[in-house]
Parts: sequence; C-alpha cells; structure tokens
Amino acid sequence: MKLKDIEKEEFYRASYGCAGCAAVLAVRLTIKVLGKNSVYVVPANCISTVSCYYPQAPFFVPFTVMAFAATASACSGISAGFKRRGREDIHVVGFSGDGGTADIGIQALSGAIDCGNKFIYICYDNEAYMNTGIQRSGLTPYGATTTTTPSPCFENRPKKDMLRIVAAHDIPYAATACSSYPLDYMEKVKKASQVNGPTYIHILTPCPTGWGFPPDETIEIGRMAVESGVWKLTEFENGEFRTTYTPKRSRPVSEYLAAQARFRHLSPEQVAAIQKEIDAARD
Amino acid sequence: MKKEKSIPGPVSKAGTIPTRMGTWSTAKPVLKGKCTFCLFCWVFCPEGAISQDEANRKVTFNFEDCKGCGICVRECPTKAIEMVEVEGGR
Ligand SMILES: Cc1ncc(C[n+]2csc(CCOP(=O)(O)OP(=O)(O)O)c2C)c(N)n1
Ligand code: SF4
Ligand code: SF4
Ligand code: SF4
Ligand SMILES: [Mg+2]
Repeated sequence: MKLKDIEKEEFYRASYGCAGCAAVLAVRLTIKVLGKNSVYVVPANCISTVSCYYPQAPFFVPFTVMAFAATASACSGISAGFKRRGREDIHVVGFSGDGGTADIGIQALSGAIDCGNKFIYICYDNEAYMNTGIQRSGLTPYGATTTTTPSPCFENRPKKDMLRIVAAHDIPYAATACSSYPLDYMEKVKKASQVNGPTYIHILTPCPTGWGFPPDETIEIGRMAVESGVWKLTEFENGEFRTTYTPKRSRPVSEYLAAQARFRHLSPEQVAAIQKEIDAARD
Repeated sequence: MKKEKSIPGPVSKAGTIPTRMGTWSTAKPVLKGKCTFCLFCWVFCPEGAISQDEANRKVTFNFEDCKGCGICVRECPTKAIEMVEVEGGR
C-alpha cells in the first residue's frame, strides 16, 4: 500500500471532535480502506458523540449507535443478517473506545469472537473514558492521572493486554496499530477485511484533550509511544505474534511522559521504574 | 445557519448534511514553501480537509472543514505549510 494509491474520497469528514483528535483520524482512514460497502456500529464514546448532531453527520456511510455493552454482539448479528441475504460483501465494523472494549463490552466481544461471524472490531484506545470527562479505564496506563485517579493517587494498575486476551480466543486475525503509522494500520484493516471470521484491531489514538498536549502534536506523541517502546505494532495470525514495524530509533520513555500533562506529576524514580519495565519487556 | 442540501447516502435517501467545522479555527494553514507532493499532510489531517488537485498535484485546504489543529504544518517534511492567524477568529 502506498499513500498515492489510497482512496481520495472522504467518507468521514469534519466531525465535532476536538481539533487534533486521532480517534477521528482513525475512523477516516478505516472507511478509506473499506469504502462505501461498509457499515459501522458505534457504542457510547467520543466518536458517536461527535458524529450525532442530527441532521448533521460526518459519516457518509451507514452507522448505528449501539448500547455500550453490545457493540460486538450487534456486529455479529448484523453480519449474520447480511450473510442470510447473500450480502457477505458488506463489511461490518465495530468502532469502540477503550472503556467500551476492555471494560464494558468485553463480555460481548468474547462471545461474538466465539460465535465466529465475520466482522471487524476496532478498539480505538485513548486510554480513558474521554467522552464523559477523562475517567480511568482498564486500558489507562500505569502512572497516568485521570479525573478518577488524580495525583498523588494516580493510576497504579498496569494496562490490560487486549491483544493477548483476544488471541486467547484463537481469533483468526488480530493486530495492534497506532494512528501515527497510517499505512501499517490501513494494511491491517485490509487484511482483516479479507478474513472470513471475527477480527480485532487495537489502535492507539492519542487524545490532546485527555492526555494534555497541544493538538498539533497528536502524530508526534503516537510516534513517541512506538519509538519509546510503550506501544508495539504487532499482528496475531495463525496462532503466532509478529512485529510489523520496528522503530528505526529508540527514545527514552521520559520524553514521551514529559510531553503530556497526565504524567507530569511523576518523580524521576517513577519514570526510571517505567523505563526499567519497558527495557525488561524488550529483551 | 445557512440551509444546506443533504448528500444522499448509499442506503438512506435522506442522506447526510455535512458539518462545517471551519468556524472553530483561529488560524489557517497556508502553503508557502516547496511542496514535494509527499501527501503526509493529507493523510494525517483528521478532518479530511486537505485535497490534491489532480492536474497540478497541488494540495489545497478546505477552510469549511479545517479546525486549524496544525497537524499538517508540523508533519510536513519540507516545512512548506505555515499557520496564519485569522483576524478576530472566523
Ligand atoms: C451503560 C452505560 N454506562 C455509561 C455510559 C456513559 N458513557 C458514555 S460515553 C462513556 C465513555 C466511553 O469511554 P470509551 O469507551 O473509552 O470511549 P471514549 O469516550 O474515550 O472515546 C461513558 C462512561 C453509557 N452511555 N452507558
Ligand atoms: S476528548 Fe480526545 S478522543 Fe474525544 S474527541 Fe476530544 S481529542 Fe478526540
Ligand atoms: S490545520 Fe488540521 S484540520 Fe486544518 S488542514 Fe491542517 S491538519 Fe487539517
Ligand atoms: S506534507 Fe508538505 S510537502 Fe508533503 S504534500 Fe503536504 S505540503 Fe506538500
Ligand atoms: Mg477512551
């Protein structure tokens, strides 16, 4: 896939999202890959909130807003319906946040993967319940402050490893991605769309409002996450994990943490401890 | 608000009325330097506000959609785009 070959038509444009929102970028790129022949299920989260100002909508493809816990079951059901009607060419896509995936929707996700119907579940991870005012989720990383984990009693639990959770279901295809690496992400969406079964893509989408950085730094922050080893671009296929992108340079995690207000309270010792953990995971 | 015509979608004939978010921005991107047509600005624009002219490959900005986030300015490898303040907002 090359930049010049990507669909030029915009199917998601000018939402009510904050300036510099990577989640909005992720939706835009997703629909570019799947085209008009795709339908979207979005539960309560930033994307549904910034997309539903009747009668205006940034979506130029069909989408439905779903109950929080039911994204994956809705995808599975819609997919079964399309199959019955002989329209398996239509891609069914769930687009849920980290809270809607790792906490509230995890049971439905597990059940839907088990059912085996064809759909693509995309978790866009902004590492907190952003839409309701930055509350911690199961995917908020260690050390981050949120409105429910304010400093000094910041988030003290590690981030759930969703990729390993879905991989444990023997899912045909799963991957992690980051909005700062659009080609890597879009190739994964393409790959998922060709699988005849449930697929899962987890994309890290930096959030200027919730993480505390200027809107023009969205892409740079995502790059820092990957280059510092905080986030990895991987794929799970045929029972095996594979790294899809190894950063050309590696940066200390202190740069990534210092760039965001949510980590500003961390002491040098705490930063060193986070660095140590990343180094240990690398070897 | 100006009444806008809806664009029919693939399923619903009622279609969608596009949102116009340009009024949010206090600054707008302007192409000033040398563009190498790499399309980085285009792919990273969250709003889909950048397009490329098919004939001369020039990138153009749609100020009805642009929120002035500045991502295109920051991600342009040749620093060809500059942010220009809009007087009194938009
Ligand atoms: C059952 C239920 N509980 C709570 C809410 C309130 N609520 C709406 S959006 C939201 C946050 C969603 O967080 P996440 O899934 O991470 O998406 P984000 O807003 O971060 O994009 C919450 C708690 C709801 N709509 N339904
Ligand atoms: S709060 Fe974050 S994720 Fe939500 S619209 Fe704003 S930038 Fe996007
Ligand atoms: S400033 Fe932001 S919204 Fe405007 S064209 Fe550049 S990237 Fe797009
Ligand atoms: S990023 Fe810069 S060089 Fe590349 S297409 Fe945009 S304006 Fe041109
Ligand atoms: Mg979230």
